[in-house]
Amino acid sequence: MGQFLSYAIPGIPYGCTFAIVAVGLVLTYQATGVFNFAFGAQAYVSAYVYALLTEHGMNRFGAFAVSVLLLAPLLGLLFDRLLFSRIARANVTAKIVSALGLFVGLPSLLAVVFGSATRYAPPSVLFNPATVYFHVGSTPINGIELATVIVTVVVVVALMVLLRYTAYGLKMRAAVESGRLLELDGVNASAVVSSAWMISSLLAGLAGVLLAPQYPTVSSNTYAVLLVAAIAAAALGALRSIPLALVGGIALGVVEGLASGYFAPGSILHTGLLPAIPFLALVFLLLFLPGMRSLDEPNDPLSSVDPPIPPSITTTRSRDIDRVVRVGRWALAIFFVFSVLTWVPGNWVFTLSTGIALSTIFLSITLITGMGGQLSLCQATFAGIGAFAAGQLALHAGLPILLGAVTGALLAAVIGAVAALPALRLRGLPLALLTLSFALLADYVAFPPSWAGGPVTGLNVPRPQIGPINFATSSTRAFFLLALVMLVLASTVVLLIQRGTLGRFLGAMRGSPVGAASIGINLSWTKVLLFALSAGLAGLGGAVYGSLQQVVTPVDFNYEFSLIFVVVVVTTGVNTVEGAIQAGIGFVVIQQLLSYLPGRAGSGSLTVLLFALGALTYARHPEGVVEYQKRIWTERFEGLFDRRNPQGQGELALPGGSPGGAS
Amino acid sequence: MTGRVEGAALLEVRGLTKSFGAITAVRDVDLVVGPGERVGLVGPNGAGKTTLFNCICGQTQADAGTVVFRGIDLGSKPTFERARLGIGRTFQRVEVFPELTVAEHLMVAERARRGDGRLWKDLLGRSALSAQESARVEAMLVLVGLDGLANVPVAALGLGTCRLVELARALIGEPVLLLADEPSSGLDAHETAELASVLRRVSGEHEMAVLLVEHDLGLVARVAERTVVMDVGGVIANGTFDAVMADQRVRHAYLGKSA
Repeated sequence: MGQFLSYAIPGIPYGCTFAIVAVGLVLTYQATGVFNFAFGAQAYVSAYVYALLTEHGMNRFGAFAVSVLLLAPLLGLLFDRLLFSRIARANVTAKIVSALGLFVGLPSLLAVVFGSATRYAPPSVLFNPATVYFHVGSTPINGIELATVIVTVVVVVALMVLLRYTAYGLKMRAAVESGRLLELDGVNASAVVSSAWMISSLLAGLAGVLLAPQYPTVSSNTYAVLLVAAIAAAALGALRSIPLALVGGIALGVVEGLASGYFAPGSILHTGLLPAIPFLALVFLLLFLPGMRSLDEPNDPLSSVDPPIPPSITTTRSRDIDRVVRVGRWALAIFFVFSVLTWVPGNWVFTLSTGIALSTIFLSITLITGMGGQLSLCQATFAGIGAFAAGQLALHAGLPILLGAVTGALLAAVIGAVAALPALRLRGLPLALLTLSFALLADYVAFPPSWAGGPVTGLNVPRPQIGPINFATSSTRAFFLLALVMLVLASTVVLLIQRGTLGRFLGAMRGSPVGAASIGINLSWTKVLLFALSAGLAGLGGAVYGSLQQVVTPVDFNYEFSLIFVVVVVTTGVNTVEGAIQAGIGFVVIQQLLSYLPGRAGSGSLTVLLFALGALTYARHPEGVVEYQKRIWTERFEGLFDRRNPQGQGELALPGGSPGGAS
Repeated sequence: MTGRVEGAALLEVRGLTKSFGAITAVRDVDLVVGPGERVGLVGPNGAGKTTLFNCICGQTQADAGTVVFRGIDLGSKPTFERARLGIGRTFQRVEVFPELTVAEHLMVAERARRGDGRLWKDLLGRSALSAQESARVEAMLVLVGLDGLANVPVAALGLGTCRLVELARALIGEPVLLLADEPSSGLDAHETAELASVLRRVSGEHEMAVLLVEHDLGLVARVAERTVVMDVGGVIANGTFDAVMADQRVRHAYLGKSA
C-alpha cells in the first residue's frame, strides 16, 4: 500500500498539468464551438516568450505579465477576430484545418522571428522548483508540483463559478448554441465569443509558463504531446465538462505514475507503453464513450444553404481557354521532365525527386480527405510503414527494393484497412483525433523497435537495380524518372477512382452518409476500401521517398509530418490530382528557394509557415488557394472577351458572391 | 380496412418501442402494410412517425419489437442491406449529395442497388452512363418532372426540387416499399398534385407499397388507401381516411380535448 501511494501521489500534480490544459480546451470548445488544436502551440508561444524574456534578464514577474497576461489573451483575440469569427459557419473540417494551420504555423513563426536556437528551461514564477516544500506521506512535493496543484484548483473553481453562476457564463453557453439567436435577445454575441477566446488563451499561456520549468528545454513537441494527453483527459467529459476534465487529467497522471513505478525500467512496457498511455486512453474513450463518438458540428439549421465547393475550373472555363490550358500543361510537364533529365543542377534534381515522392504521398490525402471527406491525420505513418517495410525486406530477406516497395504499399493498405475498422462509426473531429492517436502510437510504440523503424542510426532503404541500371551509382536523374513513373501510376489510380463509380459513391458519402446508406451504399465497406487505397498510396510514396533518401528514421514520418502534409495539400487544393502534385513540388521548391535567403531560421520553418498561412484560408476557399487563384484569373481573362460579347457569364457569379448578405 | 390477408403482408411491425433517454418516441407500435398498399401515416409533431421510419430503415435500432419485411426479420441488418431488399425512403430533412448532379444521384442509386462484390467494376467503372442506364434515368426524370435538370448540381436547386430528386433517387431503385417522409413540404399546390399522381402511378404499375408521412391531409386523402394515426408514440386509429378523421381520439389529438 505504501508503495502504491508512493507511485500514485506524484501522479496527482503531474495529472494537474494535463488537467489545466484540458480545462482550457473544454472552455474553448464550450464557448466557441472550435476544437482548438492550436491550444498546445499557444501554450508554447507563451512559454517561449517567457523563457526568452527571462533569458534576457527580465524580472520573472514582468516576463509573466508580458507573456501570459498580455500576449496570450491578445493572441486569442487575434485568432477570433481574424480567423475563427469569420468561419463560424464553416464545416467542421474547415475549422479543424484552420486550427491545424495554427498548430504547425505558430512554432514555425517563432523559429522564423527568433531563430531556431534552443530555449532552456526558464525559472519558475511562483515557487522554487528545487525546494521540497512538504511531504505527502513519504512523497516530497517540490515547488513546481505545488504551483501546478494550486493554480489548477484556482482555475477550475474560478471557471466553474463563472460558467455556472454568472450571467456572463449563461451568455457564453448560449453563444455556442446560436450566436444569431443570442443577438436577437440584445446581447453582443461576438463580444462574448471574443472574451471566451481571450480567457481560454490566457489559460493556454498560463499552462505553458507553469509547465515550462519541468522540461529541460522549451520545445513545441512537448506541448503537442501534452495537448494530446489533455485531449484524452477532456474526453472523459466528452469535451463538455470542466470537472470531468479535471478528474480525467488527474486520473491519467495517477495511472502514468503507477505505470512508471511498476513497469520495470528499460523494459518494453516502460519505454514503449508508458509514453503511449494518453494516446491509448484517447483511443479507448473515442471508441467507447458515446458522447465522444457523437461529437459533431453544432447542428446549424441553415448549414444546408451554405454555398457548396465551387466546381473545378476545368469544368467551367470556356472551351478555347480549356484547350490552351491543356496544351500548355502538357508542354510544361514535358519541359519540366526534359529539364530535370538534362540541365538542372544535381542538388535540384534531388529536391525535385523528393517533391515527386511527396506528391505520391499527398495523393493519399487527395483520395481520403478530398474525395472521401474523411480527415485523416496519420498519412505520414502509412508512408513510414511503406518505407520501413521496403527497407527491412531488403535488409533481412534480400528482396529487390521495387518488390519491397510494392509489398510495403500492400502492407500499408492492409494496416489502413484494419485502422479503418474502429474508425467506421467516426467522422469529423472524432476521426481526426483517432487518426492523430494512431500516428502518435506509431511514433512511440510501433516505429521505435529496430525490427520496425530500424536502428537509431537509421534504416537503409537501397536504391533499385533494374537490368543493367543501378540507381545507386547512376545519377539521381535516373531515379527521378523512376519516381515519376510511380507518381504517374498513383495518379492514374486516383483519376480512375475520381471518374469512376467509386468516385460518385464517395461523393454521395461525403454529401450525406444517411442518404447514401438509404439507397444501398455499404458505407462500412466503402470506408475500409478508401482507407486501404489511401494508405497503400501513402506507403508506395513512402517507399519511393525512402529509396531516394537511402536512409530513413522514424522522425521522417512522425505525427508532425502527418499534420504538415494535410496542411500543405489542403492549401494547394485537396480535390484534384493536380493539387497534390503542386503541393509536393511546391513544398520542396519553396523550401529550396528559401534556403538561399540569409536568415537565422531554417527554410523548413518558413515553408511550413507559408503553407500554414495558406491553410487559414481553407474555410473561405475550400477548393484550395491555388485552385481559387486559377479560377479568379481565368474569370478575369474571360472577362476581357466578355466585354466584346454581351452574352457573358457574369450573372452566374452572383448567388455565391456575398454570403454575408443573407443576414 | 382493406381486407388484405395478414399472412401476405409486405411489412409487419410488431411491438416496436424506441426510447431516447426518458422520452419514449415510439411505444409498442404494430403496423402492417400489404404488397402495393398505400398507407398514410399522420399525427401531430412528435408523434413518433419519423422515429418509426428510422427503425424500419435501420438508421435507428429499436429497443424492442420486430420488423419483418418480405418474410425476413430485419433484426439488426444495416440500412444498406434493407435498401437492397427493396425499402426506399425520402427524408423529412433532405439528404441529397450537394456536389453531384441530378443524373448522378440516380446513377449512384441505380448502381448501388446492384450491390457489392464487384470491387474492380466500382473502382474502375466509368461514371458515364450506359445506354440502358441513361434511358432509365431519363424516364425517371420525366416521371417526377425533373427533365431538363439532369446535369445541374443539386446544390443549385431549391428545397422542393431537392425533394423530387430524393424521390427519383428512391424510385429508380425499384423499391417494393417506399417510405416518404413529408414529401410535399416545399412544393406548391400544383407540384403536390403532380406528386400524388406519381405516387399512385408508380405504386399501381410496379405494385410498390407506400408508407406516407404527411401533414398535408389532402395529399394523404388522395394517395392513401388506408390511414394510420399516431400520437405520443402509439397508434391511435387505423382505417379509411374518412373513418379515421371522424374518430373521436383523432380529433382530440389534433384539436385538443375541447373539440
